[in-house]
Amino acid sequence: MLSAIIALAALAVVFGLILGFAAVRYKVEGDPLVDKIDALLPQTQCGQCTYPGCRPYAEAIAKGEADINQCPPGGESTIIALADLLGKDPKPLNPEHGEEKPKRIAVIDEEICIGCTLCIQACPVDAILGAAKQMHTVIASECTGCDLCLPPCPVECIDMVEFKPDLETWKWPYPENLPENQVKKPRVITSIKITPGANTKTAHDDDSPPVEKQA
Amino acid sequence: MKEYILILISTVLVNNFVLVKFLGLCPFMGVSRKLETATGMALATTFVLTLSSACSYIVNEFLLAPLDLEYLRTITFILVIAVVVQFTEMFVHKTSPLLYQVLGIFLPLITTNCAVLGVALLNIQEQHNFMQSIFYGFGAAVGFSLVLILFAAMRERIAVADVPESFRGPAIALITAGLMSLAFMGFSGLD
Repeated sequence: MLSAIIALAALAVVFGLILGFAAVRYKVEGDPLVDKIDALLPQTQCGQCTYPGCRPYAEAIAKGEADINQCPPGGESTIIALADLLGKDPKPLNPEHGEEKPKRIAVIDEEICIGCTLCIQACPVDAILGAAKQMHTVIASECTGCDLCLPPCPVECIDMVEFKPDLETWKWPYPENLPENQVKKPRVITSIKITPGANTKTAHDDDSPPVEKQA
Repeated sequence: MKEYILILISTVLVNNFVLVKFLGLCPFMGVSRKLETATGMALATTFVLTLSSACSYIVNEFLLAPLDLEYLRTITFILVIAVVVQFTEMFVHKTSPLLYQVLGIFLPLITTNCAVLGVALLNIQEQHNFMQSIFYGFGAAVGFSLVLILFAAMRERIAVADVPESFRGPAIALITAGLMSLAFMGFSGLD
């Protein structure tokens, strides 16, 4: 009788220890798949995939509700990276959601701007600075080039300008075959200097050669 | 070697756990509505059954038998199975999120799969040694997977078939299961 109690208690303690150790050792915060998918998305928060941002889109992909070819800013490289991660076949970008464009940022023509603040409300990443009746400007390092500020502007003073890396912002492209467990970081531009006219072209010059994409 | 092949054939076909011994019927009916989920369940069960039959053999041989506590077998094995399932779930969740997504909800369901406990108890009853226990568990799992996937494929077709109204749903599924069971009884001449 006593040996039965002791044996079962000992077994329970051992199993409890194993499970307790496993709970600490294999701790998972949130859904790791969502984090991995989110890290591959370009973080433009542009909503072109029909989801209200990159993370909701990542969650939809993880749940299997959304396809992997709905992200125009990420373009082909993002689709291939997602296909790799999820073990699916890459497919061309779904034209319903837009087409892949070279990396661009918004620039406000400060002489035309009337200070209506409509673009500030539209910006998903708070990259536009300004107040009512005051001139606005775009913080270039924050802008993700999502185009969402273009429609609300009543005087059409916002131009999408192609982003060209200069000496300070240029970096080596990522190698093509990354080790398997190394997830590509989203494209983040730390500092950009825009001098209108000299080394930038507006997005309306469609015949200009596309700028090489960042990573 | 021959002995292991015989165990495999016996558990997969002749003494199939679902259709001949009638163990593990709840997942057999419960998760066979779609082929995809059935495959996930089959994979998870194969893994857990093999592992738990090994673990329960070890516990029985080195803890219960020396202390003359064989009467505690059932409750001990339930404990072992629950721990194996829980550990597997944590491990898979961390190491392979994608596999976890496929197996996901099925892992905890296996804890209540009577086939898992049945295999552990039958291993003792038939006095298998360690390797035989593992093969017995693996064979039982393969048999379970085979039948589950076949049944799921059939149910997907039945779902779109023109079944008389009074037979729709679980009724036709149970009839199908019965027919499958009859077919598998036919293997009993294989001995």
